[in-house]
Amino acid sequence: MLDLDLTRRNFLKTSGTVLIGTLASSSGVLSMLAPSQTWALELTKLDKPIGQSLLQATRHIFPHATLDDAVYAFVVKDLDVAAAGDDAVAKLLTDGVATLNAGAGGDWLAADNDKQFVVIEKMAGNEFFEKIRGTAVVSLYNNELAWAHFGYEGDAWKHGGYLTRGFNDLKWLPDPPADASPPAFSTS
Amino acid sequence: MAKYDLKDDGVVVIIGSGAGGGTLANELCQKGVQVVLLEAGKHESNDSFVNDEWSSFGQITWLDSRSSSGSWRVGKDFNGLPAWICKTVGGSTTHWAGASLRIQDHEFRVKTEYGDIDGANLLDWPLTLKDLEPYYAKAEDKMGVTRTHGIPGLPGNNNFKVMHAGATKLGYKNCNTGRIAINSRPRDGRASCIQLGFCFQGCKSGAKWSTLVAEIPKAEATGKLDLRPQSHVLKIEHGKSGKVTGVVYADAEGHQHMQKARAVCVAGNSIETPRLLLNSASNQYKEGLANSSGQVGKNYMRHMTGSVYASFDEPVHMWRGTTMAGIISDESNNDPKRGFVGGYEMETLALGLPFMAAFLDPGAWGKDFTAKMDEYSHMAGMWLVGEDMPQESNTISLHANNKDQHGMPTPDVHFDDHPNDIAMREHAFKQGSAVYAAAGAKENYLVPPYPSTHNLGTCRMSAKDADGVCNAHGQTHDISNLFISDGSQFTTGAAENPTLTIVSLAIRQADFMAKQMSEKAI
Repeated sequence: MLDLDLTRRNFLKTSGTVLIGTLASSSGVLSMLAPSQTWALELTKLDKPIGQSLLQATRHIFPHATLDDAVYAFVVKDLDVAAAGDDAVAKLLTDGVATLNAGAGGDWLAADNDKQFVVIEKMAGNEFFEKIRGTAVVSLYNNELAWAHFGYEGDAWKHGGYLTRGFNDLKWLPDPPADASPPAFSTS
Repeated sequence: MAKYDLKDDGVVVIIGSGAGGGTLANELCQKGVQVVLLEAGKHESNDSFVNDEWSSFGQITWLDSRSSSGSWRVGKDFNGLPAWICKTVGGSTTHWAGASLRIQDHEFRVKTEYGDIDGANLLDWPLTLKDLEPYYAKAEDKMGVTRTHGIPGLPGNNNFKVMHAGATKLGYKNCNTGRIAINSRPRDGRASCIQLGFCFQGCKSGAKWSTLVAEIPKAEATGKLDLRPQSHVLKIEHGKSGKVTGVVYADAEGHQHMQKARAVCVAGNSIETPRLLLNSASNQYKEGLANSSGQVGKNYMRHMTGSVYASFDEPVHMWRGTTMAGIISDESNNDPKRGFVGGYEMETLALGLPFMAAFLDPGAWGKDFTAKMDEYSHMAGMWLVGEDMPQESNTISLHANNKDQHGMPTPDVHFDDHPNDIAMREHAFKQGSAVYAAAGAKENYLVPPYPSTHNLGTCRMSAKDADGVCNAHGQTHDISNLFISDGSQFTTGAAENPTLTIVSLAIRQADFMAKQMSEKAI
């Protein structure tokens, strides 16, 4: 389980391989691939360069410097599912990536970070951009890897709630008096 | 459980099983009345509820097509989801956070207290706090509201500690863990709270009062209740006399049935209730049922709302424990010197990471947004909820073209903020920010309204027939055996979370209906 006392940097350093292992074994749609790249996606509709561009586009739209690509890959997975279910979405995403490439003089992914941003920023609010943003605002933050990264603890029921697991463990402010905040019920 | 024949015209039909309908059903069944309770949603349970925000959202939320219009920000951010209410047995009591506050004395007569406000369709309630007090007491006992009837308050969580520290430094005097319908001790066959933090998602432990876990099982135990989930009412029928005779509903397969009735009580929440009355228009009632005043669907209120989240150097873990863990009531009075009439409550609120991403700044992107999200584990949060002005132009109407899965016109929710609502929100943002600044916040995030959870006023009660849709008992002015049994009855919104008042009105209505039935008046 995640130890919240570890700093985020340490967490990522020490558990990065766990993240990868978890994804590879549990999701099935992601697997290890080329040595130059930690991630590749088993895409059903979109081709690999499109998928890579969408992942990078998502990193520009919701930039979390230390958030693993593996988490961004969930967004690409959901975009791919949407594209597989609707040709109009597939076309929207494919055409959008073509626009990114054209804006970067041919290969948007090969451009440097600043140049990439200038190109995608111009597309803010258009249908392509909104498709990625609208998908990502859910997919990026709605998975256990993201929850671990941000420190959110997810399902409390399976752990019996927080009554004995820190619902009131904050120590850096004074405790309220008992009339404002009475003690919890206890059978012991 | 009872099973009544579709042709049985001795039953009372209640439409909707939430705070109003679910409570009314139990109260009537306890008196021996035969009740058919029609609920559009499915029958979930503590076992089927999930501690997962988006999954739960898909499980219990009313997601049938709706549209919105007007200048309110919800209309832009969540155009197809103007309200965040439920389609499930228990209605929005499965989703509510439990805050159980009585409406204040002066809030029952705001036209008298506030005077004329430009653009506001103010009206005094046809009943007073004194009239409602005995029913508030019964409701609090029924619901196990903390800090009433000798029930201890709940313990405050980390989010409350931050609120309390800031409130105290700021000089507020009324900050505590509030009156909440969540068991602080085992009570009424239900366990005490284990601080799950998923109050909005149904409460798997059953510590939170809902009609699903409290009223409906008790009604079923009487043998008088015929609960029919997945039964979506499309139309209320009436006879030549003008009295209602039954309802037409679609079952899970979409097959339509006509259930006869002695009386019909509509409790579909303030969007569906007027929608149904409007959709039941006939040759005799061309503008819809009970609409001789023209007020059906008008005066839609949704409370002045907004949220303040703040980030701190140290962790908070605000998601741990009850969602609405504490309240500051110091701003709930009417003090026009602040620049607005009416007041507001400040109540802790926490969102999980998935919902925080969706609601923190809808539509936002880029590093300003993600820098805030990076602070998630160090955030505290509060919701601001206050009285909004009823405006006749804020309406629920039938969409001209769009139809739902049953062929029923979809509702359009039109809303513009009143200048008083805006002034109050600005004040509340300022005070909420000051609370967190006093507790040592690094930064405050002012969060615009979520889709409406407090939907009120669209079939309001009034002393005079011309001013509203129903009387002080929820009986419609036009049709004696047709009742409004939910928050649609509210004449004005008051600052308080409405559920306790809806439940109290339902208990009172049940007494009235039983008397009317015994006198053969209905």
